[in-house]
Amino acid sequence: MKELSLNILDIAQNSVKAGAKNIEISLAEEGNRLTFRITDDGCGMSEDFLARVLDPFTTTRTTRKVGLGLPLLKMAAEATGGSLEISSRSEKEHADHGTEVTATFYTDHIDCPPLGDIVSTVVLLLQNAPFEPRYVYSHSKGENVFSLDTDELHEQLGPDIPLSEPAVLEFTESYLREGEEGLG
Amino acid sequence: MKTLAELNEIRERMKTKVSVRENGNTYRVVVGMATCGIAAGARPVMSALLSEVTAQHLEDTVHVSQTGCIGICQYEPVVEIFKGDEKYTYVKMTPEKMKEVVDSHLKNGKPITEYTIGSM
Repeated sequence: MKELSLNILDIAQNSVKAGAKNIEISLAEEGNRLTFRITDDGCGMSEDFLARVLDPFTTTRTTRKVGLGLPLLKMAAEATGGSLEISSRSEKEHADHGTEVTATFYTDHIDCPPLGDIVSTVVLLLQNAPFEPRYVYSHSKGENVFSLDTDELHEQLGPDIPLSEPAVLEFTESYLREGEEGLG
Repeated sequence: MKTLAELNEIRERMKTKVSVRENGNTYRVVVGMATCGIAAGARPVMSALLSEVTAQHLEDTVHVSQTGCIGICQYEPVVEIFKGDEKYTYVKMTPEKMKEVVDSHLKNGKPITEYTIGSM
């Protein structure tokens, strides 16, 4: 993956596949440190699977929910002096199930990939009908914060118009681009 | 400055449109958006597809959706176009090729066979 925003797209798609109804994507930039966190309330992973999830060679086709994405992301984060952490609670064992992936990168390291086009990532997640979990996206740069909650979009749109409607996506993309530019 | 209240206008505009779209005879366009697709460049292909469909006003005849891994990762980004019994599988797509396909196939009904998997 050439951009961190592509990893975010990949992880959030996995949250959708895990049946999540709520997905939170938060991105925080403070000085030279960039942290992103994707939290979902999907089916989660068993402790056994969680222990192996970062090993690319134990992933099988039946558990292709993860594949090579996370091990390579961990390697990329650690190459910059950062880290990748995953916690997960399986729905079979916990009522409050879900998964949280947190990655930290140091942007002044020569090997740090660029964040890339985060707006396209969010727009494509919203386009992924008929799966419409609630997304809460937030991006902070120092003191400045921009956020988008799809519940607020639905409030304006009413029950019949999906977020994947081209006119809605076009609006959301411009709204996100303005918000991102406002962060400086 | 955009505000969420603008969505209200879209809502009013869409009221009539959504019901019109229910009738068949539309193209279904599916883009592979699994890890393999994303890593190969599916996101800009999808963005180009969406903006081109909107720009050419094809929203009523083209339905765009995403899918997971189609199983031919080496040919990603893969875009499949369905209409009735017809199916075309475009492979190794780029935003530029996507725009051509929208113009030729989705707008004018002429598939570009040299971009499909059969000519690989």
